[in-house]
Amino acid sequence: MPNILEVQNLVKNYGDFQAVKGVSFNIEEGEIFSLLGPNGAGKTTTISMLSTLYTPTSGDAAIGGHSVTKDPMAVRGVIGVVPQDLALYEDLTARENLIFWGQMYNLSGKALNSRVDEVLEQIGLTDKAKNRVKTFSGGMKRRVNIGVGLLHKPRLLFMDEPTVGIDPQSRRAILDTVKDLNKQGMTLLYTTHYMEEAEELSNRVGIIDHGELIALGTQKELTQQVGQAETLILHIGENDDSEALAVTLKTIQGVQQAEAVDHEVSIVCAEAEDVLAAVVTKANDRGIKIRSIDIREPNLEAVFLHLTGRALRD
Amino acid sequence: MLKTFLIGIKDLRLAFRDRAALILMLAAPFVLTLGLGLVTGRFSGNNNSGLSDIPVIIVNLDNDQMGDALTDVFTSEELADLMEPVLGSDPEAARQLIDEDQAAAVVIIPKGFTRSIIPQENNFATPSDPVKIEVYANPSRRTSAGIVKSIVDEFLSRVEEGRVSGSVSIFQLMLSGRITPGQAQAAGIAMTEQLQTNTTDSDLAIKLNSSTAAGEEVDFDILAYLAPGMALMFLMYTVSYGGRSILAEKTQGTLPRLLVSPTSSSQILGGKVFGIFLTGAAQMLILIGASSLFFQLKWGDPIGVIVLVLAAVFGATGWGMFITALARTPAQVASIGTAVMLIFGILGGSFISLDQMPPAIQTFSRITPNSWALDGFTTLGLGGTLTNLSTPIAALLAMGISLFLVSVALFGKKNLVQK
Ligand SMILES: Nc1ncnc2c1ncn2[C@@H]1O[C@H](COP(=O)(O)OP(=O)(O)O)[C@@H](O)[C@H]1O
Ligand SMILES: [Mg+2]
Repeated sequence: MPNILEVQNLVKNYGDFQAVKGVSFNIEEGEIFSLLGPNGAGKTTTISMLSTLYTPTSGDAAIGGHSVTKDPMAVRGVIGVVPQDLALYEDLTARENLIFWGQMYNLSGKALNSRVDEVLEQIGLTDKAKNRVKTFSGGMKRRVNIGVGLLHKPRLLFMDEPTVGIDPQSRRAILDTVKDLNKQGMTLLYTTHYMEEAEELSNRVGIIDHGELIALGTQKELTQQVGQAETLILHIGENDDSEALAVTLKTIQGVQQAEAVDHEVSIVCAEAEDVLAAVVTKANDRGIKIRSIDIREPNLEAVFLHLTGRALRD
Repeated sequence: MLKTFLIGIKDLRLAFRDRAALILMLAAPFVLTLGLGLVTGRFSGNNNSGLSDIPVIIVNLDNDQMGDALTDVFTSEELADLMEPVLGSDPEAARQLIDEDQAAAVVIIPKGFTRSIIPQENNFATPSDPVKIEVYANPSRRTSAGIVKSIVDEFLSRVEEGRVSGSVSIFQLMLSGRITPGQAQAAGIAMTEQLQTNTTDSDLAIKLNSSTAAGEEVDFDILAYLAPGMALMFLMYTVSYGGRSILAEKTQGTLPRLLVSPTSSSQILGGKVFGIFLTGAAQMLILIGASSLFFQLKWGDPIGVIVLVLAAVFGATGWGMFITALARTPAQVASIGTAVMLIFGILGGSFISLDQMPPAIQTFSRITPNSWALDGFTTLGLGGTLTNLSTPIAALLAMGISLFLVSVALFGKKNLVQK
């Protein structure tokens, strides 16, 4: 498959602060590519440069063969954008919003009307089309926000953390929509800080941290980087010192990484069974009660932990 | 072009769905007009307002029936509240008083005025050349002088009607005290209707020394001053509301979203400006419609009103853009906008007639769209038409264009796109 997007050494400085530090990657026509990274990693900044909103400090990207710096207008016709923060007119109805944004994408007349009906159907808001957006729940607003990005059937759709802060049901609906769109032939660049979403959706994943792309490949390729490692997740009491426990656990032979997040400690090791007994003993020695233990096969979380020494979740 | 229009329509729709905005755009000026109208006694028939007791000097050199009749009009009970007439005898001295800003206008009724109108018993020939009444106006009291002119005008048109029909009966009735000047007007109106078919401009023998067109009714309605004043003041609210929406779209993310659609930044900015203009025009036309309907207010020549409204909104939109270009956040636009609205309201004469202000303030008030537009509305209210509005309209257009250019320079593209 040819590349619909080619990013070369993209850099963005905000004053003295470098938010994106020379990122390069390609997206093939027809795939779902995820940018996975914690808050502040530079995902939104990258998307803003690719969608021609911000001018890169240096570097360039080609979308559908058009340079984002030299021919932004041509790029805008190829892409659809679903911004991280809602960008809608709350005093307009769902339908009025879609009509207005469709007009901004040069749709009009009957074609516009029938396309709006289609999109309303797709986002499951046909019944609520005549209600003002401000009366909607967070999940419904997110769906309208996505619908706006779909109107002109873009070849490449950017979705920036579309599931942040919504209920599990709406989240499920959104993930299913993403998969449907891809089946219909749309290429997607999807950013998230949820490992599970990247795992479920993507053909390939780029892991971004502190403005740098630290890993890139299919999930299989990435997990192979951490070898056969497994992840043990200890859930401990609210008043227990997870940080101190993590430090202690690192001393156990066979433990590659140990990281505390809230009331959990993630441990990367070759074989969970080999270290389990020692882990429980160390915890008992410190008087820490283990509530439960999860054992996970190698996943993106483990990759991130392996590469950065930090857990992905905030 | 099309997108600019569509963005403007979208903003018009949003403004009319914002309840808080509607209150300030429409309810506030309407209620204030009503309230001030009550305070000033418009609804109780007691004309006691900022525009009352206009000092006027009557120099009656005619000293005959018609000259006396006009003097009686000015000294009549009915105009007692509106006019503060002083009788003079020396035209030069009276003019001097005007130049010293002691009065709003002098009405000089020349010798032989009556004779030139009513054929005398001993002279049945056609009357000699008409003798002109002179209204010497105080340029710094345009509104008051305008009212004086229109009263004289009205009087002359009544006389003319009588003359054309070969009858001065109304004035004779009036002089003999059988009807009051007010009834004379009513009779005059009835006669106008009767005469309309056979009266043409060329028949008019008496012309006023001014460009004021012949008035219809002199009844000066204080609401004709208050209603446009309030509407114009709250027009300033609307334009700063529109300016605020430019910055609000930035923070609410719709502006960035527009910028990543295939829409150019000049189309977007143009659309926002067009939206402000549309909303302001809609507000003014609704207020004018409502006051005509509920207060029976006559705004005058409809074409003149529409053109003046568009020019006023254009000038005010320039101010809205300028305020927005100076501010950084939507909240700043709102607070600067409110301050400007109040200052312009007072400076522009929305509350008190500028006639009563010192000349320096009157000059300074010319930076406000309010004062120019209010002049225009007063002219229209007194019977003027579009042709009499060239000065205020030109001033408002020039104001809008220059403020817009300054704003675009200040605003730049920088402010639309972040970094
Ligand atoms: N407009 C801005 N000015 C200055 N710093 C910014 C700006 N936008 C983002 N940043 C900083 O750049 C970094 C990357 O931000 P962002 O791209 O939003 O990350 P992400 O979307 O991955 O959470 C963060 O440290 C953030 O604080
Ligand atoms: Mg982000």
